[in-house]
Amino acid sequence: MGDIFVLAEHRQGELRDISLEMLTKASELAPKMGGEAVAVLIGSGVDSFAEKLAGYSDKVLYIDDPLFADYNSEKYQKVLVELLDSYKPEMVMIGHTTQGVDLAPALAVEKKMPFVADVIEIEHVDGKPRPVRQFYQGKVNADIAFKGDAPYLITFREATLEVPDASKQGKVEKIDSPLKEDIEYRRFIEYVEAEVGEVDITQSEILVAVGRGVREEKNMAMIEELAKAINADICGSRAATDAGWLPHDRQVGTSGKTVKPKLYIAIGISGAFQHLAGMKAAKTIVAINKDPEAPIFTVADFAIVDDLFKVVPKLTEKLIELRG
Amino acid sequence: MNTFVCIKRVPDTSEAEVKVDASGKDVDSSKFSFDINDADNYAVEEAVLIKEAKGGTAKVICAGPQDADVMIRMALAKGCDSAIRIDDPRINVLDPLQVAKVLAAAIKGQEFDLVLTGCMANDDGAMAVGVALAEELGVPHAAMVKKVEVGDGKIKVQRELEGGIGEVVELTLPAVVTIQTGINEPRYAPIRGIRQAQKKELKVVTIDDLGLDENEVNEAGSLIELQKLYIPEVVSNAEIIEGEPEEKAEIMATKLVKGGLL
Repeated sequence: MGDIFVLAEHRQGELRDISLEMLTKASELAPKMGGEAVAVLIGSGVDSFAEKLAGYSDKVLYIDDPLFADYNSEKYQKVLVELLDSYKPEMVMIGHTTQGVDLAPALAVEKKMPFVADVIEIEHVDGKPRPVRQFYQGKVNADIAFKGDAPYLITFREATLEVPDASKQGKVEKIDSPLKEDIEYRRFIEYVEAEVGEVDITQSEILVAVGRGVREEKNMAMIEELAKAINADICGSRAATDAGWLPHDRQVGTSGKTVKPKLYIAIGISGAFQHLAGMKAAKTIVAINKDPEAPIFTVADFAIVDDLFKVVPKLTEKLIELRG
Repeated sequence: MNTFVCIKRVPDTSEAEVKVDASGKDVDSSKFSFDINDADNYAVEEAVLIKEAKGGTAKVICAGPQDADVMIRMALAKGCDSAIRIDDPRINVLDPLQVAKVLAAAIKGQEFDLVLTGCMANDDGAMAVGVALAEELGVPHAAMVKKVEVGDGKIKVQRELEGGIGEVVELTLPAVVTIQTGINEPRYAPIRGIRQAQKKELKVVTIDDLGLDENEVNEAGSLIELQKLYIPEVVSNAEIIEGEPEEKAEIMATKLVKGGLL
């Protein structure tokens, strides 16, 4: 008892960063819970991942079977149910990622586990892990207590912490798959590569980014004028591409592109974590938003708390004037 | 194809200041404007598109207060056939697994091929209800879907992964699919549809009508407990540009040009 299971995440031959991020957090918590940080790896041809994970965990439990050549949450769920019954960990951590959100809620229902999604921090209070999550797109934090019995389940947000160098030598234990046959009701077919557009914003030096605050398509004219004045490319948050103001390949964030321009001017973007993850590496960030509490300001170098419709035209005018 | 689409009424807080109320467990929502959750709006459109292409029905399910009727009628005006609203203050909306139990109870016992939900609610961001609902109904699921192709007894969907990569999976029907924003272009309700929507059935039920024991879906019966809400400290190293809007623009322009940032 007291062990923390961390479900390792990998795709198309690569171990994803969230795996090590969760193990880092689990390694900090496990001693307080009187247990070990255990990496659980399910895949096919994943010996090298098991070794890498050992550097960050007390133990690696892994299943290497052609049944798991590609991710399938329904198959993972069957395996995890068996592992929970045999090993009885106190807590299970799964990434709050496209893999994790497709799996964790169903596992929670099947095993009647106390479940908290999209956790950004886990404290240890009254002898139990106590997650922190957010509401209203990062504007409110919530301390949530587990009331029911262990094992507890959380999905953990990506990129919330730095991963140190490997410092552990967990023992690696290969086990047979408890699942013996493939399932028919959900089948993996193929991957489809991301769309490629005429401008590759990952290579842009200067980006003007728009979000929901721009309100409607006709206001894009004002944005285009600013972009033209400083030779910038235009990109946007999910809200902007969904609304059709920009093509999908201009979306910045976890489900879009990760950019690192010299200058990023965020206009009317509140800064959901999915967006921040895609742009916080920009060298200089200017944010214009009405709400002083907008999470975009946590990554900004220059903050303009004001009505973008009053600021942007004047900014363009002044930039043109100064640049001659 | 008989489709259910689950929708939620949420506040638009993208530009609003959010304050925790005196209880410390809720926010002051008196100044918020509410509407259908973004992803749910796309799910409604997808349900109507499927009905138009394949025939059958598209029915709306919503757990929420009477104020939600406006957005439910809007979904009916766009082409959904009827709606069930579960109106019960005992439902613990903070626990997605309990909400899933309520929605499942409203769907169970009715014929369905497909259940659509939005993949994420703007207010809690948990991305959990749809996938939990699938487990409650005992059917397969796929989350964060940006393309749907309905086949014979099967459905092929494309899930949206990190970096814009797609993952195509095939599910045996009946199934639950959680819809990602941007999958389609939600229509405006036609005037004729708005008139017709007033005559369509909108059934209001309680958890008792659904045969649920209140302890399965209320706060006391939840396996998690909200202890405290608080505004996170916005740790910002940003230089705050002060002044009237025009002054701010001038100062910023000067910094960009003279500071060699362009």
